[in-house]
Amino acid sequence: MIRRNTIPFGPQHPVLPEPIQLRLVMEDEKIIEALPAIGYIHRGLEKIAEKKDFIQDVYLAERICGICSFMHSQNYCQGIESLMNLTVPDRGRYLRTIWAEIHRVHSHLLALGLLADSFGFENLFMQLWRTREIILDIMEQTAGGRVMLGTCCIGGVRKDISSAQATVVLRQLDQVQKECDEILPALLNDYSVKQRTVGVGVLPRDKAHELGAVGPVARASGIGMDYREQGYAAYPDLGFKKVVETAGDCYARTLVRVKEIAESIRMARLALEKAPQGPIAVPFKGNPTGEVLARIEQPRGELNFYIKGNGTRNLERFRVRTPTFANLPPLLHMLTGCQLADVPVIALSIDPCISCTER
Amino acid sequence: MATMLSNIMKNLGRKAATRLYPFEKRELPTTTRGHLDIEIDKCIFCGACQKRCPTNAINVTRDPKTWAVNHYACIVCGYCVEVCPKDCLLLRNEHLPQP
Repeated sequence: MIRRNTIPFGPQHPVLPEPIQLRLVMEDEKIIEALPAIGYIHRGLEKIAEKKDFIQDVYLAERICGICSFMHSQNYCQGIESLMNLTVPDRGRYLRTIWAEIHRVHSHLLALGLLADSFGFENLFMQLWRTREIILDIMEQTAGGRVMLGTCCIGGVRKDISSAQATVVLRQLDQVQKECDEILPALLNDYSVKQRTVGVGVLPRDKAHELGAVGPVARASGIGMDYREQGYAAYPDLGFKKVVETAGDCYARTLVRVKEIAESIRMARLALEKAPQGPIAVPFKGNPTGEVLARIEQPRGELNFYIKGNGTRNLERFRVRTPTFANLPPLLHMLTGCQLADVPVIALSIDPCISCTER
Repeated sequence: MATMLSNIMKNLGRKAATRLYPFEKRELPTTTRGHLDIEIDKCIFCGACQKRCPTNAINVTRDPKTWAVNHYACIVCGYCVEVCPKDCLLLRNEHLPQP
């Protein structure tokens, strides 16, 4: 009988952007069992949210994640708006969609770059991040921050995009599209990349459903689940089309992200062109009362906020369920039975965001 | 393989994507939220900014009249700029130099 060894993968590991430990029980080079250990970066954000007033919590919610920050604040604002029966003006809805989709492109480019880095394709990693730099410039020009936009507020948005800025952004999005068309085929068609991703970390559709996978992980396994279909913000007006693949392996997850980049750029462009004139936010009075489960589609999957207000300025409860938390059980299933050398690729194919997961 | 090779050839003919920092510095957009500043002559020391600040970075006292911001705690969100009744707070686009 082969002796079993346990290898700690993380919390500090060259391919892991954030601290999580995967304890890998090995038989030779094969993984028999994978156990996660989280808790390295817990910040107690849910408790802080109860101490701050509900308007200050918009900035706090934005800082749950350092990559998809805008969508956290958008989800929080949408939750509070539904508690206070506020209707966001049309221009506010469009601007939210523009920033959210630009954020999705930046997040997917980051994830694909890290994936390329995980199998040692440094050149591709650098080029993808070079393209991402244009997106960061767009965000800095329109919102003032390169990642923390701080533009979402309860009732709408705080900043407008002028027509002059919109022209520049459209030109920059053209550039992003051009660079993506050049570089992404290298990721999809390269022989070495396919050797490392095709058929690796397969998650069948029934297992994805059973283990509660969300986002690109679920969509790559054939589950057509995208909350943008339900039609929040300006998505109903933009003809959103979800991307679904069926193979369920690392390559399918990469393909979903690549196709989503194109779809997000298309929607951001359309929203910039179609955005109606008018107010960007609606004023409000009073405090939120009641409870709501706010949902939104993030780059990594569906994000849930449970918000409970009691009529005071402080929330009674603020609970965060991030997509990476839902994608951890599928990750453990994918790791079981795979080779040790494939662990970085599989772990990064779910695009883990541990800071969000631990709040 | 050929797709990556063509990219590499294109990159050889392009100018560098990076700049020679610190000799050549990036020009910041006017919209960048660099750091918080105050035009102290206009300030009435009402304390609205201190009350609203999400990170308690601002400290205002009425007697003696002082206004101070802890730049390490400030997240440059601009909420104080919005609530200031005298419009004396402003966000400058350059980042503060390291002390």
